[in-house]
Amino acid sequence: MAEPQISTTARPQSAPADGKPAPDPAPYLAAYERMVLIREFETEIHRLFLKGEVHGTTHLSAGQEAVPVGVCMALEPEDYVAGTYRGHGHALAKGTDPEALAAEMLGRATGVCGGRAGSMNVIDLEHGLVGCFGIVGGSIAAATGAAVTARSRGGVAVAFFGDGAVNQGYFHECLNFAEVLKLPAVFVCENNFYGEFTPMQQVTAGRDIAARGAAFGVPSEVVDGNDLLAVHEAARGGVERARSGAGPTLLECHTYRHYGHSKSDPAAYRPKDEVDRWLARDPLDIVRDRLAKLGVEESDLDAAADRAQEQMRRASEAALAAPYPNPEVERATEFAP
Amino acid sequence: MSAAEVKLEFRTAIRDAIAEEMERDESVIFFGEDVAAAGGVFKATPELHGRFSEDRVFDTPISELALAGAAFGAAVTGMRPVFEIMFGDFMALPMDSLVNQAAKFWYISNEQGSVPLVVRSAVGGGGRFGAMHSQIHGTWFQGIPGVKIAAPSTPAEAKGLLKGAIRDDNPVIFLEHKRLYSVKGPPPENGQVVPLGKARVAREGADLTIVSIAKGVADSLAAAELLADDGIDAEVLDLRTLRPLDTETVLESVAKTNRIVAVEEGPRLGGWAANLLGTVSAEALHDLDDVWVIATDETPVPYSPPLEDAFIPSAESIAAELRDRLASSS
Repeated sequence: MAEPQISTTARPQSAPADGKPAPDPAPYLAAYERMVLIREFETEIHRLFLKGEVHGTTHLSAGQEAVPVGVCMALEPEDYVAGTYRGHGHALAKGTDPEALAAEMLGRATGVCGGRAGSMNVIDLEHGLVGCFGIVGGSIAAATGAAVTARSRGGVAVAFFGDGAVNQGYFHECLNFAEVLKLPAVFVCENNFYGEFTPMQQVTAGRDIAARGAAFGVPSEVVDGNDLLAVHEAARGGVERARSGAGPTLLECHTYRHYGHSKSDPAAYRPKDEVDRWLARDPLDIVRDRLAKLGVEESDLDAAADRAQEQMRRASEAALAAPYPNPEVERATEFAP
Repeated sequence: MSAAEVKLEFRTAIRDAIAEEMERDESVIFFGEDVAAAGGVFKATPELHGRFSEDRVFDTPISELALAGAAFGAAVTGMRPVFEIMFGDFMALPMDSLVNQAAKFWYISNEQGSVPLVVRSAVGGGGRFGAMHSQIHGTWFQGIPGVKIAAPSTPAEAKGLLKGAIRDDNPVIFLEHKRLYSVKGPPPENGQVVPLGKARVAREGADLTIVSIAKGVADSLAAAELLADDGIDAEVLDLRTLRPLDTETVLESVAKTNRIVAVEEGPRLGGWAANLLGTVSAEALHDLDDVWVIATDETPVPYSPPLEDAFIPSAESIAAELRDRLASSS
């Protein structure tokens, strides 16, 4: 198997050698806290799944936190995102309350969708999350449609999707559609190098996702998806381009999931040395290192992590204490009135 | 010429319904393949292009999945998209977006938001278009909670139902039978909007109930006139929507006539006609002297004119079958 290559095209923002001023670390410290929250969330969901509290299946995004957080840093609250069935990070990065999200995983009445959606299909319109989609590629279309609205009414729509989605009709149809209509969309591919159990390179002709975007005339960039600052810079460019009316952008963010595809998958198909290399590039470690070089005190980083852990502890406790929906009183209607 | 004599063409009713709703509500947008500059391959939507801004009426690539997905995403963020999937057969392509995204959103979001979209398609046989341009896809969607399916039978119904569909907060599959586009008829009462879900008694009668949709209603009405010559007084119901299904109106009719036949342009197995009569039988067995279905053969729609004509129920074939059936049961 061809080895996943980490792009070096993203410019290191903290390097003073390029003559650019060092960025203000404060937003990145808040973003780091959100990344820790996602990691804690996934760790807790993993634990609760093993206890039988999370049902069916669940797809954890630990290891990929820098992508949604870096992208959502570049968005306004009223902008739209569409996520995937590996979407806990997408929701939390856009602002979904971790307690409501955890309660949804647990099937409780206080879940963000009242327990009707579960892990794979979370919707949180209040925070601009138009949905997480259990069908590979669905998020691409949902964000394309949100961008149709945004073209008339302002705003930007972001689609998160995996490398597996680039072989779906959704990807090809929607990139073309968005480009010819110059829609304000940013397509963010989380290339974690495996479509379920199969290596991306084995099933993706050309092996180059960004090149596919370029073929549509969509500006496309390979980004180090484990580097928060690199993701944020690339996303900011795409979002600015969308707001200016210039049309969509594709970001291929290289990253790696720490867990298997889903809860039934121990990921034995991944070579140990590959896993070790990626674990050594943990996005939480990378952002800590970056922020330390920008002058952030280690104690401030630790305090941010502590806050996130405490927030998740309280969220989990509250979600576990929440009631299940009662089928005797549930009054679902088939149609909106 | 008096106002009552002004005739409305079915295809014009479609265009006028869209235009009036776009004037009324600026969140209504309209898009599809060749619908804007060209005005649609059946000339159902001319002159909307130019009358409304380019971000409200626009042509798209031939990308049915992207169209449906874009409509879904636009609908959940505040627009009311109307889009065209040119032929109903092409609805096989955007199924994921309609079935998994649009239909389920209201429920799984815990009613955070609804999906007010309308997807219009030309459907049905009789045009010699062959197997991949002649199907009626209503039954593909009938088993999907959360979608509505509407099929107008006259120009007035087309205008009223399409306006009702555009104002409806749910995803609506809208079936326009190709053989109705050139039909002319009286326009609806001023600004009449037909809410989705209520069937219509198209002809009152006492001896049996014929129920159908779209062009089947016109054929059933013509069959009823043929039967009237034999002294058979048929009631004709226009279901208008396949989901929701107004079984109440059907049951009221059956309580009066005690006989029901459902006429479907499509196969019996898995069709709406058999489905409806299953419900009617379960609810009103005591009222029923006879229940049956007139449907097509269990094959794709053929091309050759004699084959296609024999395949599709017509006024004459419906009347002939009803005569035989009534004669053998009396």
